[in-house]
Amino acid sequence: MAKQKLVVVGAGMASGRMLEHLFEAAPDAFDVTLFGAEPRGNYNRIMLSPVLAGEKTYGEIVTHDAAWYAEQGVNCRFGETVTKIDRKGKFVVTAKGETPYDKLVVATGSAPFIIPVAGKDLPGVRAFRDLDDVEAMVAAAGKPNAKAVVIGGGLLGLEAAAALRLRGMEVVVLHLMGHLMERQLDPAAGYLLQKELESRGIRVHCKAQTKAILGTDHVEAVLLDDGTTYPADLVVMAVGIRPEVRIANDAGLHVERGIVVNDQMVASDPDILAVGECVEHENICYGLVAPLYDMAKVVAKTLVKEDAAFRPVETATQLKVTGVSLYSAGDFAEAPDREEIVLRDASAGIYKRLVLKENRILGAVLYGETGDGAWFFDMLRKGTDVKEMRETLIFGQAYQGGSPLDPMAAVAALPDDAEICGCNGVCKGKIVGTINERGLTSLDDVRAHTKASASCGSCTGLVEQLMTLTLGDKYNPAAVQPMCGCTDLGHDDVRRLIKAKGLKTIPAVMQELEWKTSCGCAKCRPALNYYLVCDWPDEYADDYQSRYINERVHANIQKDGTYSVVPRMWGGVTSSKELRAIADVVDKFNVPMVKVTGGQRIDLLGIEKEDLPAVWADLGQAGFVSGQAYAKGLRTVKTCVGSDWCRFGTQDSTGLGIRIEKFMWGSWTPAKLKMAVSGCPRNCAEATCKDIGVICVDSGFEIHFAGAAGLDIKGTEVLGLVKTEDQALEHIVALTQMYREQARYLERIYKWAKRVGLDEIRRQIMDDAEKRKAYFDRFVFSQKFAQVDPWSERVSGKDKHEFNPMATVEYRQAAE
Amino acid sequence: MNWIEIGTLSDIPLRGARCVKTPQGKIAVFRTAENDVFAIEDHCPHKGGPLSQGIVHGRAVTCPLHNWVISLESGKALGADEGEVRTIPVKNEGGKLFIALERLMLAAAE
Repeated sequence: MAKQKLVVVGAGMASGRMLEHLFEAAPDAFDVTLFGAEPRGNYNRIMLSPVLAGEKTYGEIVTHDAAWYAEQGVNCRFGETVTKIDRKGKFVVTAKGETPYDKLVVATGSAPFIIPVAGKDLPGVRAFRDLDDVEAMVAAAGKPNAKAVVIGGGLLGLEAAAALRLRGMEVVVLHLMGHLMERQLDPAAGYLLQKELESRGIRVHCKAQTKAILGTDHVEAVLLDDGTTYPADLVVMAVGIRPEVRIANDAGLHVERGIVVNDQMVASDPDILAVGECVEHENICYGLVAPLYDMAKVVAKTLVKEDAAFRPVETATQLKVTGVSLYSAGDFAEAPDREEIVLRDASAGIYKRLVLKENRILGAVLYGETGDGAWFFDMLRKGTDVKEMRETLIFGQAYQGGSPLDPMAAVAALPDDAEICGCNGVCKGKIVGTINERGLTSLDDVRAHTKASASCGSCTGLVEQLMTLTLGDKYNPAAVQPMCGCTDLGHDDVRRLIKAKGLKTIPAVMQELEWKTSCGCAKCRPALNYYLVCDWPDEYADDYQSRYINERVHANIQKDGTYSVVPRMWGGVTSSKELRAIADVVDKFNVPMVKVTGGQRIDLLGIEKEDLPAVWADLGQAGFVSGQAYAKGLRTVKTCVGSDWCRFGTQDSTGLGIRIEKFMWGSWTPAKLKMAVSGCPRNCAEATCKDIGVICVDSGFEIHFAGAAGLDIKGTEVLGLVKTEDQALEHIVALTQMYREQARYLERIYKWAKRVGLDEIRRQIMDDAEKRKAYFDRFVFSQKFAQVDPWSERVSGKDKHEFNPMATVEYRQAAE
Repeated sequence: MNWIEIGTLSDIPLRGARCVKTPQGKIAVFRTAENDVFAIEDHCPHKGGPLSQGIVHGRAVTCPLHNWVISLESGKALGADEGEVRTIPVKNEGGKLFIALERLMLAAAE
C-alpha cells in the first residue's frame, strides 16, 4: 500500500511532539513534509527566557534538530511559508509551488498581539516570541546604558524584563491592569512580585495605558496616556497572543478565535487536523504547553485511527525568573459562595492563598514557597474533599495526617496519577513504571524516556525524589565528588567532620576519616591544611609541607624556577620613598623585569630563590610587607582616587580600600580573594568583576560580591547597601568569613555563592545582624594569628633551610 | 662508588626536600614521612620544573609547575604522563646523608 502523504504546517513544540508520537505509533504510515516559517528546527520555546537571561544557550533548548527529522525521514522545508490551503485539490501552496496531501495538520501556533498604537512598527520594537526576537534583544542589551520598556506585565513580559535586567539594561514594565500577572495572581501576590522585581532594579508602572511609541527612525521612548514618557532603546511587546489562523480562514475552515476542532482534533474538514496554540476547543484557546502536548497525543492517535479524545484541562503556571518562586493554578476570583484560606509571612516573603468552594479547592496561589503546588493542584483537579484537613491545609502536605516533615514521605504519599511534570503532563505512576520497566538509573534517562523534567525543569527535585524512592541506594542524586583519590568523602563532608569530630591535625583527619593513602597527595593536603587553619586558628600548627610552593616561600614560582616578588601597596597607593627602595632592589639584584600588575602594584620578576630573603630585607627597610600575591588569601584592594581628588567621587574610596586591606591582610581564604572600591558608579576601580567590590554612592556604600574575571567572566551580584564605612567593613568581613567557613578549597566566591544561593548569603549577612556579628568576630579572632608579615619572619631566620642549598658539591670533590 | 657527604637527615623537613648544587646541575634530596631518603635530578621531565619545590606525598612528589607526579624510587612519571628523571644513589648512615655522583659524571663524559 502506498504511504499516505501527511503535510504539517508549522514546526513548533506541538508539531514536534505530535510527530514524535506519530513515529512511535506508526513509523511507516506516512510520508511527512514539514513546513516551518522559522529557518530552524524545533526548540523549547518556554525556555527562551533563560536564553535571554544568558542562563542557557540556544543549543541547550533544541528539542528536534535537523538530524532528528532526517532520521525520521521527514522532508523538512524550513523557512518556507505556506500561503494557501487548497481543500478541493488537497494541496498547500508556498512560494516554491504546490505540495499535495492526504492528511493535513495545521500547527501554525500564535502570533504576538501588537497593540495598535503609533510607532508600533519602528525598528527596536520587538515581540518576545522566537529566537530572532531574543537575538535582537540581546544585541540591544549590549549597548552601554541601554534602556528597555516592556509592555505587558504578564508571564512573558516579566520573564523578558527580568532577563533584560540581568543583562544590565534599565527596565520599565508597563502594565495595563492594576497589578502584575492579574490572570494568575491576586492583588496581594501581585504586590509581592512587584516588590521583588523592584528590588532587582526593575521599575513597574501599573494602570499604564500606552498612547504612542515615539521615535523617528528607531524607537526612542514610550508615551503613556497620562503624559509620562519612558526613554527606550528597546520596546518589548508582551501583551498577549492570538491564534494564527489566516490560512485556515482563507481556506474557509470554521474559525472563531482559533481553528475550531472536535475532541479528536479534527477541523471542519475531515482531512484537516489542527494542534497547538492555533486551536480552539470548546471555546477555549490554550497557550500553556501541557494542554498542547495533550493535543499532540490525540492528533497522532487520530491520524493512525486510534480512539482518543482531548478534554479541557486545568493548568498551573510557574514564573521562570531565577530566584522568584511563584505558582498559581485554577480559578481564584472572589465570589459569595467561595471561601479562602490565606497565609502571610511578610518577613520571609511568603504568601499562600487557597480558594475553596464546598470544601473543594478551586484555585491556589503560592508565592515565596511553592513546594506544595503539585499537591494542591492534584487535589484541585480531582475535586478532593478537604474538610478533614481544613485547619492545616494551608501549611501543606507535610502537616497532614501526622506525617513527618520529610519531603521524601510527601512524595511517597502522592497517588500514582499525581502530576509531577506540568509541562509534559507526566504523572508519578508513569515515571515509577518507566524506571522499573527499563531499569533507568540516571536523571537523563528518565528525561529521555518519560519527558518528565525535560522542559522547564522546575520539577527536577520531585523527579529525583521519585528516583530515590524507586531505586533506593542504586540512585544517588547528589553523587558526591570525592576530594581526591585518597578518600571517598567530598569537601563538604570533610569540612563538617573536621568540626564535628574536633580534628585538629592532618594526620588526625586522615586517621579518623580513613584516608586511603599514607599521607595524602598534592590535592588533599593543601585543602586540609586550609580547613584546619580556618577552623582552629589558635590551635592548629600550619603545615608548610602541605602548602603549595608559593605559599611556602611567599613568592610566585615562574616557569624557569625563579620567583616573582610583589610588595603590598595599600589600596594601590605608593610614595617616592617606596619607589626608590624598589628601584634600589632592582639595581642591586639585577632584577630582569619590573612590571605593574592588574591589582595596582609592582611585580619584580626573575629573582633567584636564594636571593629572596635579601630582597625582602631591603624592601622591609622601606616599610614594605608581603603583598601575598601568591596566596589563596586576601590579595589586593584596588581603589580609585575617590572624593579626595575626583570631581565625581562620592566617598573616600581610597581611604576605605586601605582600611579594608589593613584590616584583612594576611587572612587565608579558600581561593584568592580580590577586592576593589570605586568612588562612584563610574566604577574606575572595576569593582563589579571582583570577588568582593564596593561602589560608593551618595547614600552610602553598595556592596557587591561573586564577580569573576578569569576563566569565567561574571559581573558581581549586589549584597546590599549600607550607610557608613564601619558598616561596609563589617558586612565585607562577615561575608568573607562565611565564605572562608563554607567554601571548598580552590572554590572562588562566585562558585560558592552559586552553590549556596545568593538569597541565603544576603539573608545571613544583610538581614541577620546576630549572625553577621558572629562571623565578624570569628574573622577578627583568626586575624590575631594571621597578621604576621611572612617576609620579615624569614628575614629574621625562619625556614632558613628553604632558601639555601643543602650542600654544594664542587667539581673537584665530585671527580675524586 | 664515590660517596659524597651532603648533610644530615634533620636538614630536610619531613615530607620535604632540599637541593644539592653539583657541577652537573641541581639534585633534589627528599625525605618522606617514613624517613626514607631519595635523590633525583631537580628537573621535571615535562618542562624542567624544580621538583625539590613540589609537595611530597608517599614516595612521590608533585611538580610545582604543572602537577606531574614523579616516583621518587624510579624517577618515572606516574599516572597518565610519560617521562623519566635520573635517580641518584643516596645512603643514610646514622643520620648522615651521602650521594654518589659517579653515574652523573659518567653520563657527562659520554
